[in-house]
Amino acid sequence: MSDKKTSLVDLFISFAKCGVLTFGGGYAMLPILEREVVTRHNWATSEQMLDYYAIGQCTPGLIAVNVSTFIGYTTRGLLGAVVATLGMIFPSLVIITALASVLTALQSNIYVAKAFAGIRVAVCALMLSAVIKLARKAISNVPTAIIAVAALALEILLKVSPVIIVASAGLCGVAAFMIEKRRNKQEENT
Amino acid sequence: MILLRLFFEFFKTGLFSIGGGMATVPFLFDIGARTGWFTASELSNMIAVSESTPGPIGVNMATYVGFKTAGIPGAVIATLGLVAPALIVIVIVANILSRFKDNPAVKSVLKYLRPAVMALILFAFYQLAALTFLDEQNKIVISSTIAFIVLLACMLRFKKVHPIIWIATGAVFGIIAL
Repeated sequence: MSDKKTSLVDLFISFAKCGVLTFGGGYAMLPILEREVVTRHNWATSEQMLDYYAIGQCTPGLIAVNVSTFIGYTTRGLLGAVVATLGMIFPSLVIITALASVLTALQSNIYVAKAFAGIRVAVCALMLSAVIKLARKAISNVPTAIIAVAALALEILLKVSPVIIVASAGLCGVAAFMIEKRRNKQEENT
Repeated sequence: MILLRLFFEFFKTGLFSIGGGMATVPFLFDIGARTGWFTASELSNMIAVSESTPGPIGVNMATYVGFKTAGIPGAVIATLGLVAPALIVIVIVANILSRFKDNPAVKSVLKYLRPAVMALILFAFYQLAALTFLDEQNKIVISSTIAFIVLLACMLRFKKVHPIIWIATGAVFGIIAL
Protein backbone atom coordinates (compact mmCIF):
# COMPACT_ATOMS: atom_id res chain seq x y z
CA MET A 1 0.00 0.00 0.00
CA SER A 2 2.35 2.70 1.20
CA ASP A 3 5.89 3.26 0.01
CA LYS A 4 7.30 2.92 3.47
CA LYS A 5 7.58 -0.59 4.80
CA THR A 6 4.77 -1.36 7.21
CA SER A 7 6.09 -1.99 10.68
CA LEU A 8 5.31 -5.39 12.17
CA VAL A 9 4.77 -3.75 15.54
CA ASP A 10 2.10 -1.49 14.01
CA LEU A 11 0.43 -4.52 12.46
CA PHE A 12 0.40 -6.39 15.75
CA ILE A 13 -0.90 -3.44 17.77
CA SER A 14 -3.60 -2.53 15.27
CA PHE A 15 -4.98 -6.03 15.08
CA ALA A 16 -4.73 -6.52 18.84
CA LYS A 17 -6.80 -3.34 19.17
CA CYS A 18 -9.38 -4.78 16.81
CA GLY A 19 -9.39 -7.99 18.84
CA VAL A 20 -10.05 -6.11 22.09
CA LEU A 21 -12.78 -3.97 20.57
CA THR A 22 -14.68 -6.74 18.79
CA PHE A 23 -17.91 -7.62 20.50
CA GLY A 24 -19.95 -10.19 18.65
CA GLY A 25 -18.05 -11.67 15.75
CA GLY A 26 -16.34 -10.85 12.48
CA TYR A 27 -18.93 -8.54 10.93
CA ALA A 28 -19.25 -6.50 14.11
CA MET A 29 -15.49 -5.96 13.84
CA LEU A 30 -15.74 -4.21 10.48
CA PRO A 31 -16.17 -0.61 11.73
CA ILE A 32 -13.08 -0.89 13.96
CA LEU A 33 -11.06 -2.65 11.29
CA GLU A 34 -12.06 0.08 8.81
CA ARG A 35 -10.80 2.71 11.18
CA GLU A 36 -7.44 1.02 11.85
CA VAL A 37 -6.71 -0.44 8.44
CA VAL A 38 -8.27 2.03 5.99
CA THR A 39 -8.40 5.41 7.75
CA ARG A 40 -5.43 5.22 10.09
CA HIS A 41 -2.78 3.17 8.31
CA ASN A 42 -3.89 3.06 4.69
CA TRP A 43 -3.10 -0.64 4.44
CA ALA A 44 -6.13 -1.28 2.25
CA THR A 45 -9.05 0.57 0.64
CA SER A 46 -12.67 0.13 1.70
CA GLU A 47 -13.30 -1.83 -1.49
CA GLN A 48 -10.42 -4.19 -0.70
CA MET A 49 -11.82 -4.73 2.80
CA LEU A 50 -15.11 -5.85 1.27
CA ASP A 51 -13.21 -8.18 -1.06
CA TYR A 52 -11.35 -9.70 1.89
CA TYR A 53 -14.63 -10.21 3.73
CA ALA A 54 -16.11 -11.95 0.69
CA ILE A 55 -13.12 -14.25 0.48
CA GLY A 56 -13.00 -14.73 4.25
CA GLN A 57 -16.64 -15.79 4.20
CA CYS A 58 -15.99 -18.57 1.68
CA THR A 59 -12.66 -19.89 2.96
CA PRO A 60 -12.04 -22.09 6.00
CA GLY A 61 -11.77 -20.43 9.37
CA LEU A 62 -13.11 -17.37 11.12
CA ILE A 63 -13.83 -14.27 9.07
CA ALA A 64 -12.05 -11.97 11.52
CA VAL A 65 -8.90 -14.09 11.35
CA ASN A 66 -9.09 -14.50 7.58
CA VAL A 67 -9.33 -10.75 7.03
CA SER A 68 -6.41 -10.10 9.42
CA THR A 69 -4.26 -12.68 7.68
CA PHE A 70 -5.13 -11.18 4.31
CA ILE A 71 -4.19 -7.64 5.28
CA GLY A 72 -1.04 -8.82 7.04
CA TYR A 73 0.01 -10.75 3.94
CA THR A 74 -0.66 -7.95 1.46
CA THR A 75 1.29 -5.44 3.55
CA ARG A 76 4.25 -7.49 4.82
CA GLY A 77 4.13 -10.93 3.22
CA LEU A 78 4.12 -14.19 5.14
CA LEU A 79 5.60 -12.66 8.28
CA GLY A 80 2.95 -9.92 8.21
CA ALA A 81 0.22 -12.55 7.86
CA VAL A 82 1.46 -14.38 10.96
CA VAL A 83 1.94 -11.20 13.00
CA ALA A 84 -1.49 -9.76 12.13
CA THR A 85 -3.17 -13.06 13.00
CA LEU A 86 -1.30 -13.35 16.30
CA GLY A 87 -2.28 -9.76 17.08
CA MET A 88 -5.93 -10.60 16.46
CA ILE A 89 -5.95 -13.64 18.78
CA PHE A 90 -3.66 -12.22 21.47
CA PRO A 91 -6.33 -10.25 23.42
CA SER A 92 -8.67 -13.25 23.51
CA LEU A 93 -5.88 -15.43 24.86
CA VAL A 94 -4.98 -12.97 27.58
CA ILE A 95 -8.50 -11.97 28.57
CA ILE A 96 -9.95 -15.46 28.62
CA THR A 97 -7.10 -17.21 30.40
CA ALA A 98 -6.87 -14.42 32.96
CA LEU A 99 -10.59 -14.36 33.63
CA ALA A 100 -11.58 -17.98 32.94
CA SER A 101 -12.17 -18.86 36.57
CA VAL A 102 -14.38 -15.84 37.20
CA LEU A 103 -16.01 -15.47 33.76
CA THR A 104 -19.23 -17.30 34.63
CA ALA A 105 -19.55 -15.22 37.81
CA LEU A 106 -18.80 -12.02 35.88
CA GLN A 107 -21.42 -12.93 33.34
CA SER A 108 -24.16 -13.01 35.95
CA ASN A 109 -22.99 -9.72 37.48
CA ILE A 110 -25.73 -7.16 36.89
CA TYR A 111 -23.41 -4.25 36.01
CA VAL A 112 -21.38 -6.29 33.58
CA ALA A 113 -24.59 -7.46 31.93
CA LYS A 114 -25.85 -3.87 31.68
CA ALA A 115 -22.55 -2.64 30.25
CA PHE A 116 -22.67 -5.34 27.59
CA ALA A 117 -26.26 -4.50 26.72
CA GLY A 118 -25.13 -0.89 26.23
CA ILE A 119 -22.11 -1.95 24.19
CA ARG A 120 -24.41 -3.92 21.91
CA VAL A 121 -26.38 -0.73 21.22
CA ALA A 122 -23.14 1.04 20.26
CA VAL A 123 -22.00 -1.88 18.10
CA CYS A 124 -25.34 -1.85 16.25
CA ALA A 125 -24.92 1.86 15.52
CA LEU A 126 -21.29 1.33 14.42
CA MET A 127 -22.31 -1.45 12.06
CA LEU A 128 -25.08 0.57 10.45
CA SER A 129 -22.84 3.61 10.04
CA ALA A 130 -20.22 1.35 8.39
CA VAL A 131 -22.84 0.01 5.98
CA ILE A 132 -23.95 3.55 5.11
CA LYS A 133 -20.32 4.47 4.37
CA LEU A 134 -19.68 1.32 2.33
CA ALA A 135 -22.92 1.45 0.35
CA ARG A 136 -21.61 4.10 -2.01
CA LYS A 137 -18.58 1.98 -2.78
CA ALA A 138 -20.34 -1.35 -3.08
CA ILE A 139 -23.36 -0.23 -5.10
CA SER A 140 -22.22 1.41 -8.32
CA ASN A 141 -25.01 0.56 -10.77
CA VAL A 142 -28.42 -1.10 -11.04
CA PRO A 143 -27.19 -4.73 -11.13
CA THR A 144 -25.08 -4.30 -7.98
CA ALA A 145 -28.08 -2.68 -6.23
CA ILE A 146 -30.23 -5.66 -7.22
CA ILE A 147 -27.61 -8.05 -5.83
CA ALA A 148 -27.54 -6.21 -2.49
CA VAL A 149 -31.33 -6.31 -2.12
CA ALA A 150 -31.61 -9.92 -3.33
CA ALA A 151 -28.84 -11.10 -1.01
CA LEU A 152 -30.48 -9.47 2.00
CA ALA A 153 -33.91 -10.89 1.11
CA LEU A 154 -32.48 -14.40 0.63
CA GLU A 155 -30.76 -14.18 4.02
CA ILE A 156 -33.72 -12.88 5.99
CA LEU A 157 -36.61 -14.65 4.28
CA LEU A 158 -35.08 -17.95 3.17
CA LYS A 159 -32.10 -18.20 5.54
CA VAL A 160 -29.79 -19.06 2.65
CA SER A 161 -26.22 -19.79 3.76
CA PRO A 162 -23.85 -16.81 3.39
CA VAL A 163 -21.39 -19.03 1.57
CA ILE A 164 -23.97 -19.72 -1.14
CA ILE A 165 -24.87 -16.03 -1.36
CA VAL A 166 -21.25 -14.98 -1.88
CA ALA A 167 -20.67 -17.77 -4.39
CA SER A 168 -23.78 -16.80 -6.40
CA ALA A 169 -22.80 -13.13 -6.41
CA GLY A 170 -19.41 -14.20 -7.75
CA LEU A 171 -21.13 -16.16 -10.52
CA CYS A 172 -23.15 -13.04 -11.38
CA GLY A 173 -19.81 -11.25 -11.70
CA VAL A 174 -18.60 -13.89 -14.16
CA ALA A 175 -21.84 -13.61 -16.14
CA ALA A 176 -21.61 -9.81 -16.24
CA PHE A 177 -18.05 -10.09 -17.50
CA MET A 178 -19.04 -12.47 -20.31
CA ILE A 179 -22.02 -10.36 -21.36
CA GLU A 180 -19.83 -7.28 -21.52
CA LYS A 181 -17.17 -9.12 -23.51
CA ARG A 182 -19.71 -10.31 -26.05
CA ARG A 183 -21.18 -6.81 -26.33
CA ASN A 184 -17.74 -5.34 -26.97
CA LYS A 185 -17.13 -7.94 -29.67
CA GLN A 186 -20.41 -7.14 -31.38
CA GLU A 187 -19.57 -3.46 -31.34
CA GLU A 188 -16.24 -4.22 -32.94
CA ASN A 189 -17.94 -6.23 -35.68
CA THR A 190 -20.47 -3.56 -36.57
CA MET B 1 -0.05 -35.77 24.29
CA ILE B 2 -3.29 -33.95 25.06
CA LEU B 3 -1.76 -30.79 23.58
CA LEU B 4 -1.09 -32.55 20.30
CA ARG B 5 -4.66 -33.80 20.21
CA LEU B 6 -5.98 -30.33 21.08
CA PHE B 7 -4.02 -28.85 18.19
CA PHE B 8 -5.23 -31.53 15.81
CA GLU B 9 -8.90 -31.25 16.87
CA PHE B 10 -8.93 -27.48 16.55
CA PHE B 11 -6.99 -27.58 13.30
CA LYS B 12 -9.78 -29.77 11.91
CA THR B 13 -12.39 -27.35 13.27
CA GLY B 14 -10.63 -24.42 11.63
CA LEU B 15 -10.31 -26.26 8.36
CA PHE B 16 -13.94 -27.30 8.03
CA SER B 17 -15.84 -24.42 9.60
CA ILE B 18 -16.53 -22.11 6.71
CA GLY B 19 -18.31 -18.87 7.42
CA GLY B 20 -17.40 -17.53 10.81
CA GLY B 21 -17.42 -18.20 14.53
CA MET B 22 -20.81 -19.84 14.93
CA ALA B 23 -19.89 -22.36 12.23
CA THR B 24 -17.41 -23.86 14.71
CA VAL B 25 -20.12 -24.73 17.26
CA PRO B 26 -21.22 -28.10 15.78
CA PHE B 27 -17.56 -29.17 15.59
CA LEU B 28 -17.03 -28.25 19.24
CA PHE B 29 -20.01 -30.35 20.35
CA ASP B 30 -18.51 -33.20 18.37
CA ILE B 31 -15.12 -32.76 20.06
CA GLY B 32 -16.75 -32.79 23.49
CA ALA B 33 -18.72 -35.93 22.72
CA ARG B 34 -15.73 -37.81 21.34
CA THR B 35 -13.04 -36.80 23.82
CA GLY B 36 -14.98 -36.20 27.02
CA TRP B 37 -12.99 -32.97 27.57
CA PHE B 38 -16.20 -31.07 28.30
CA THR B 39 -19.95 -31.78 28.39
CA ALA B 40 -22.59 -30.24 26.15
CA SER B 41 -23.90 -28.04 28.98
CA GLU B 42 -20.36 -26.84 29.82
CA LEU B 43 -19.95 -25.98 26.16
CA SER B 44 -23.18 -23.99 26.15
CA ASN B 45 -21.78 -21.93 29.03
CA MET B 46 -18.53 -21.46 27.13
CA ILE B 47 -20.41 -20.20 24.09
CA ALA B 48 -22.32 -17.70 26.21
CA VAL B 49 -19.07 -16.47 27.77
CA SER B 50 -17.36 -16.26 24.38
CA GLU B 51 -20.16 -14.13 23.02
CA SER B 52 -19.83 -11.59 25.78
CA THR B 53 -16.05 -11.26 25.91
CA PRO B 54 -14.09 -9.12 23.45
CA GLY B 55 -12.62 -10.87 20.43
CA PRO B 56 -13.88 -13.07 17.62
CA ILE B 57 -16.27 -15.66 19.07
CA GLY B 58 -14.52 -18.64 17.47
CA VAL B 59 -11.15 -17.60 18.90
CA ASN B 60 -12.68 -17.06 22.32
CA MET B 61 -14.24 -20.49 22.27
CA ALA B 62 -11.02 -22.21 21.25
CA THR B 63 -9.12 -20.36 23.98
CA TYR B 64 -11.74 -21.16 26.61
CA VAL B 65 -12.09 -24.82 25.67
CA GLY B 66 -8.29 -25.20 25.47
CA PHE B 67 -7.84 -23.53 28.85
CA LYS B 68 -10.49 -25.67 30.54
CA THR B 69 -8.92 -28.78 29.04
CA ALA B 70 -5.19 -28.20 29.56
CA GLY B 71 -4.53 -24.82 31.21
CA ILE B 72 -2.66 -21.98 29.55
CA PRO B 73 -0.65 -24.21 27.15
CA GLY B 74 -3.97 -25.73 26.13
CA ALA B 75 -5.45 -22.28 25.45
CA VAL B 76 -2.51 -21.30 23.26
CA ILE B 77 -2.35 -24.59 21.37
CA ALA B 78 -6.10 -24.80 20.71
CA THR B 79 -6.21 -21.23 19.40
CA LEU B 80 -3.17 -21.69 17.19
CA GLY B 81 -4.68 -24.91 15.88
CA LEU B 82 -7.89 -23.09 15.00
CA VAL B 83 -6.21 -20.30 13.03
CA ALA B 84 -3.48 -22.36 11.34
CA PRO B 85 -5.61 -23.66 8.41
CA ALA B 86 -6.98 -20.17 7.75
CA LEU B 87 -3.46 -18.77 7.73
CA ILE B 88 -2.32 -21.31 5.15
CA VAL B 89 -5.38 -21.00 2.90
CA ILE B 90 -5.52 -17.20 2.99
CA VAL B 91 -1.82 -16.82 2.19
CA ILE B 92 -2.34 -18.99 -0.89
CA VAL B 93 -5.51 -17.12 -1.93
CA ALA B 94 -3.91 -13.70 -1.32
CA ASN B 95 -0.96 -14.73 -3.42
CA ILE B 96 -3.17 -15.82 -6.33
CA LEU B 97 -5.37 -12.74 -6.03
CA SER B 98 -2.42 -10.35 -6.12
CA ARG B 99 -1.38 -11.91 -9.42
CA PHE B 100 -4.82 -11.70 -11.02
CA LYS B 101 -6.20 -8.54 -9.46
CA ASP B 102 -5.97 -6.60 -12.71
CA ASN B 103 -7.61 -9.35 -14.72
CA PRO B 104 -10.98 -7.97 -15.97
CA ALA B 105 -12.86 -11.17 -15.08
CA VAL B 106 -11.54 -11.10 -11.50
CA LYS B 107 -12.40 -7.41 -11.27
CA SER B 108 -15.94 -8.11 -12.40
CA VAL B 109 -16.35 -10.91 -9.84
CA LEU B 110 -15.10 -8.67 -7.01
CA LYS B 111 -17.39 -5.84 -8.11
CA TYR B 112 -20.40 -8.15 -7.75
CA LEU B 113 -19.17 -9.67 -4.49
CA ARG B 114 -19.10 -6.30 -2.71
CA PRO B 115 -22.86 -5.63 -2.63
CA ALA B 116 -23.41 -9.22 -1.43
CA VAL B 117 -20.95 -8.71 1.42
CA MET B 118 -22.65 -5.44 2.27
CA ALA B 119 -25.92 -7.34 2.54
CA LEU B 120 -24.25 -9.88 4.85
CA ILE B 121 -23.06 -7.08 7.12
CA LEU B 122 -26.55 -5.63 7.10
CA PHE B 123 -27.90 -9.06 8.02
CA ALA B 124 -25.42 -9.38 10.90
CA PHE B 125 -26.66 -5.96 12.04
CA TYR B 126 -30.27 -7.15 11.77
CA GLN B 127 -29.57 -10.20 13.94
CA LEU B 128 -27.74 -8.17 16.57
CA ALA B 129 -30.45 -5.50 16.51
CA ALA B 130 -33.15 -8.12 17.14
CA LEU B 131 -31.25 -9.18 20.29
CA THR B 132 -30.62 -5.62 21.36
CA PHE B 133 -33.83 -3.71 20.76
CA LEU B 134 -36.47 -6.34 21.56
CA ASP B 135 -37.19 -7.62 25.06
CA GLU B 136 -38.53 -11.06 26.05
CA GLN B 137 -42.08 -10.09 25.07
CA ASN B 138 -40.83 -8.93 21.65
CA LYS B 139 -41.54 -5.31 22.57
CA ILE B 140 -39.17 -2.58 21.50
CA VAL B 141 -36.88 -1.32 24.28
CA ILE B 142 -37.38 2.43 23.98
CA SER B 143 -34.30 3.63 25.88
CA SER B 144 -31.94 1.47 23.76
CA THR B 145 -33.62 2.55 20.54
CA ILE B 146 -33.29 6.24 21.36
CA ALA B 147 -29.65 5.73 22.41
CA PHE B 148 -29.05 3.93 19.12
CA ILE B 149 -30.47 6.77 17.03
CA VAL B 150 -28.51 9.40 18.96
CA LEU B 151 -25.27 7.39 18.70
CA LEU B 152 -25.76 6.75 14.98
CA ALA B 153 -26.39 10.45 14.32
CA CYS B 154 -23.24 11.36 16.29
CA MET B 155 -21.17 8.77 14.40
CA LEU B 156 -22.28 10.09 11.03
CA ARG B 157 -21.67 13.67 12.14
CA PHE B 158 -18.33 13.18 13.96
CA LYS B 159 -16.58 10.76 11.67
CA LYS B 160 -13.12 11.21 13.14
CA VAL B 161 -13.97 9.87 16.58
CA HIS B 162 -12.47 6.44 17.22
CA PRO B 163 -15.00 3.58 17.62
CA ILE B 164 -13.61 2.86 21.10
CA ILE B 165 -15.20 6.11 22.30
CA TRP B 166 -18.61 5.02 21.02
CA ILE B 167 -18.22 1.57 22.58
CA ALA B 168 -17.27 3.13 25.93
CA THR B 169 -20.24 5.50 25.66
CA GLY B 170 -22.46 2.49 25.05
CA ALA B 171 -21.12 0.72 28.13
CA VAL B 172 -21.72 3.81 30.33
CA PHE B 173 -25.21 4.22 28.90
CA GLY B 174 -25.93 0.56 29.66
CA ILE B 175 -24.83 0.81 33.29
CA ILE B 176 -26.78 4.02 33.89
CA ALA B 177 -29.93 3.50 31.90
CA LEU B 178 -30.59 -0.18 31.18
